[in-house]
Amino acid sequence: MSIGLSPPATVAQPESAGPVRSLWSDAWRRLRRNRAALAAGVFLLFMCTFAALAPWIPLVQDPTAQNLALGATPPTWAHWFGTDDLGRDLFARVLYGGRISMLVGIVGTLVSLVVGVTWGAIAGYAGGRTDEAMMRVVDVLYSLPYLFLVIVLLVFFSRSLLMLFVALGLVQWLTMARIVRGQVLSLKSQMFVEAARALGAGDAAILGRHIVPNTLGPVIVYATLTIPAVVLQEAFLSFLGLGVQPPDASWGTLVADGARVLALFPWMVVFPGLALSLTLLAFNFLGDGLRDALDPQDHSDVN
Amino acid sequence: MITFILRRLLAFVPTLWLIATLSFFIVRLAPGGPFQSEKAIPPAAKAQLLHTYGLDRPLAEQYGRFLWNTVRGDFGVSYRYPNRRVSEIIGDGFRVSAELGAWALLFAVLVGVPLGVIAAVRQNRAEDYAVMGIALAGVSVPSFVLAPVLVLVFSLTLFWFPPALWSGPSSRVLPVLALSAAYISFIARLARAGMLEVLHMDFVRTARAKGLAEVVVVVKHALPIGILPVVSYLGPAAARVVTGSIVIEQVFSIPGLGRQLVGAAFNRDYTLVLGVVLFYAGLLLVLNLLVDLAYAWLDPRVELS
Repeated sequence: MSIGLSPPATVAQPESAGPVRSLWSDAWRRLRRNRAALAAGVFLLFMCTFAALAPWIPLVQDPTAQNLALGATPPTWAHWFGTDDLGRDLFARVLYGGRISMLVGIVGTLVSLVVGVTWGAIAGYAGGRTDEAMMRVVDVLYSLPYLFLVIVLLVFFSRSLLMLFVALGLVQWLTMARIVRGQVLSLKSQMFVEAARALGAGDAAILGRHIVPNTLGPVIVYATLTIPAVVLQEAFLSFLGLGVQPPDASWGTLVADGARVLALFPWMVVFPGLALSLTLLAFNFLGDGLRDALDPQDHSDVN
Repeated sequence: MITFILRRLLAFVPTLWLIATLSFFIVRLAPGGPFQSEKAIPPAAKAQLLHTYGLDRPLAEQYGRFLWNTVRGDFGVSYRYPNRRVSEIIGDGFRVSAELGAWALLFAVLVGVPLGVIAAVRQNRAEDYAVMGIALAGVSVPSFVLAPVLVLVFSLTLFWFPPALWSGPSSRVLPVLALSAAYISFIARLARAGMLEVLHMDFVRTARAKGLAEVVVVVKHALPIGILPVVSYLGPAAARVVTGSIVIEQVFSIPGLGRQLVGAAFNRDYTLVLGVVLFYAGLLLVLNLLVDLAYAWLDPRVELS
């Protein structure tokens, strides 16, 4: 029904002959040949570093310093992206907004990663009734209209960043659980697992040290595609006034602020919108590239 | 077929119950209430209000009443607009949202499928790269970024279309365009992928070998199969159009259901919020069922179970 990543047919078969190349060095080689993905990765790295270090870069002005006498001005040499209606430097505000947006994206994805991998791995490894019950829970949760529940949750409880992390992470873990379970199902009957068991390894050790590490390929691909999804959802909620609250600003709130004064100060919507769109574009490129690199068998066009 | 539909309809019950229960308790357990305002209300009047709406009863009883009324399709009266029933408000809002969503989906299919087919037929040539480039940009620009830009260009600079509201055909253009952009891109990519797979199949080669014109081969033989991924995406797409429509309605001040939901949430209009959420949930379930049926109808190999 839903278009998710289908688990690949085979996973990292040990090579019988030839020079020993790990899945990772193979993947890295393929990724390096994909110039679009590589450029996207470099762009994101640059963006994240710049946003993360923003408070310590002398060039970046204080994003909260108002200058009411100045008001909203179009881009100038002093203010590269112009200023907003309170005279605050928009370049600094976009950078600081990026800090929040990326933070939400990464933490939200980590929440979904931890919950999804744990759930999926246990379900797939346990098998039988446990598996059936756990995946039934996932099926039921899948059918919930999450965004509406998240809206209700955010409106009726405190609109804190923490709530946002939890709400967004909880939306995303279901697909992750399905992917990991599929992987674990195909891995647990393979020889190297049998070998580990024969050597006396316990269930926890087999799962944690032998099976889960081998699911990392698809997990990384899906996580790369989850970050932009979370960033987008955060922006969506913030745009509606339900996400990040002032004085904090994210790209979503900046776009919302800009949209309100669109007729007068169009640059206030253009620059944050551009930052958000370029970041999402870069994540999509990188995600596609990683999928091709880590999962060469699977060429189905998803997301 | 009939048993399949009945079984699916039966499966709606626990899902809807779960949603009803979750949202009921989120709404009730949250601090603050619908009758909190800056003006202090005399305690007697507040007690009267709470009594009128049954909010002074034990929570379990309220929950029971809520479930029973929901089963009967009665969502009660809006707290914010006491002279209007929730079902009335939902009906009015949904008519507008449904029109917006239907136009957006239709437009997305009518533009996205031909783009995808062209890209597939001209694989790895200029047309293909152009379509895929546009598609990638389309999925990356959020609708609430695209919408203000469209307004800026087409209303405030060129004066072609009104920047807001929902009256007359010309006011439909920008919201539909803003809402459908992402789906055009996605549908183009799916149609391309589907067609590429089909175009290499034996029955297509046979059709070509028969000497049929390339257009006939592509449109009549390959398209019905190649389009299947698009069909299966229509359910999720419709669901996303429903949620995407919330911001579009906000940007263009369109009096749809999404705007009602956000407004009701900010007003803590309990009955309206619960009604809208349940309505949306039911809508999404029905949409998914319809897609499964359409899928089985298009592809005889699919068995409904």
